[in-house]
Amino acid sequence: MIAVVVFPGSNDDRDAAGALAQLGAEATLVWHADEQLPDGVEAVVLPGGFSYGDYLRCGAIARFAPVMRAVRTFADDGGLVLGICNGFQVLCEAGLLPGALRPNDTLSFVCRDVVLTVERADTPFTSRCEPGQRLVIPVKHGEGCYIPPPDLPPAQVVLRYAAGENPNGSVGEIAGIVSAAGNVMGLMPHPEHAVDPLLGSRSTDGAYVLGSLVDSLRSHAENLRQLGTLANRSA
Amino acid sequence: MKATVFVRPKPGILDPQGEAVLGALRHLDFAVSDVRVGRVIDIELAAENAEDARAQVGRMCEQLLANPLIESFEIELDHA
Repeated sequence: MIAVVVFPGSNDDRDAAGALAQLGAEATLVWHADEQLPDGVEAVVLPGGFSYGDYLRCGAIARFAPVMRAVRTFADDGGLVLGICNGFQVLCEAGLLPGALRPNDTLSFVCRDVVLTVERADTPFTSRCEPGQRLVIPVKHGEGCYIPPPDLPPAQVVLRYAAGENPNGSVGEIAGIVSAAGNVMGLMPHPEHAVDPLLGSRSTDGAYVLGSLVDSLRSHAENLRQLGTLANRSA
Repeated sequence: MKATVFVRPKPGILDPQGEAVLGALRHLDFAVSDVRVGRVIDIELAAENAEDARAQVGRMCEQLLANPLIESFEIELDHA
C-alpha cells in the first residue's frame, strides 16, 4: 500500500493516488495531522500543491506537520518516499533531501510539458527507464529553481531538464534527485499528470517513474516472501 | 520584548525578485546597480532579557524563519 499525504493546500493528492491505482498499486490518502502512517504502508508520496499556502517558504511549514515525524522515521528505516513538486519542496525543507527550491528565474509560474533526461535508471523510482532516456512530463510551479548544496554528489542527480528545456533556472538543469541512501526522491515535474492519456499530456511517460515505484514494492514484497519461505525451511 | 528579523537571500543566490525590481527602478531612471529582496519578520516574545531574546529568536531563525542554505538572517531587538 502506498500512502499519499494530504496537507492543507495539497491539490495533486487524488491525481497521485489515481495514477498509482491505475498502475496497479493500492493507494490511500493520509491526513497531515495523523501521527502515524497506516499499517502496511510500503511507500509514501508527498504530492504537489500549495501546502499551508506556501507561506514563509514553500514546504517550510509542512515539514512540521505531525505526519512528517512518521514519514521521517519511515525514511530513516529505508522506506521509499517520493516527493513531487511541493512534496519535493517539503522534503528539502525537512532535510530529507539536500538543497532548496527558490522562485523560478523568470518569476513566472510555468505550466507545460518539459523534456527530461534520465541520469540514473538504477533507483527504485526509475528502474523502468534506460540511462539517457528522454521523458516528457509536465511541470507546473512558481518556485522550482533547484539550488543544490555545493557538495552534492553527481550520483544523486536522477533527472535533468534536457538542453533548452530548463523551465525555472535550476542549477545544473537538475529536475530530480535522490537521497544519499537512495530511498528518498524528489522531483519538480508531475509524473501523476502523465499516466492517463485523458489528462492531455503529450505522453504517458509519468508511468516510467510511478510504475518503477510500484515495481519496487512488488519486488520488495517478493523478496520478503522468499526470505519467509527460506526461514520456514530452515526452521 | 520585540524583535525584528531580516532574512536575505545569500550572496550568489539568484534573486529573481531583486532582478525584477532592479529592472523596474532603472526603468524609472534611477541609477541603481543592484537590488536584493528579502523579508522582514516582526516578533513579540516573552524573554528574560535581551540575551535570552536573542538566543530564542536565533533558534527560531535556524529552525523555521530562514533556510540556512540559501538565506542569511539578522536580528534586531527593541528594548522599549
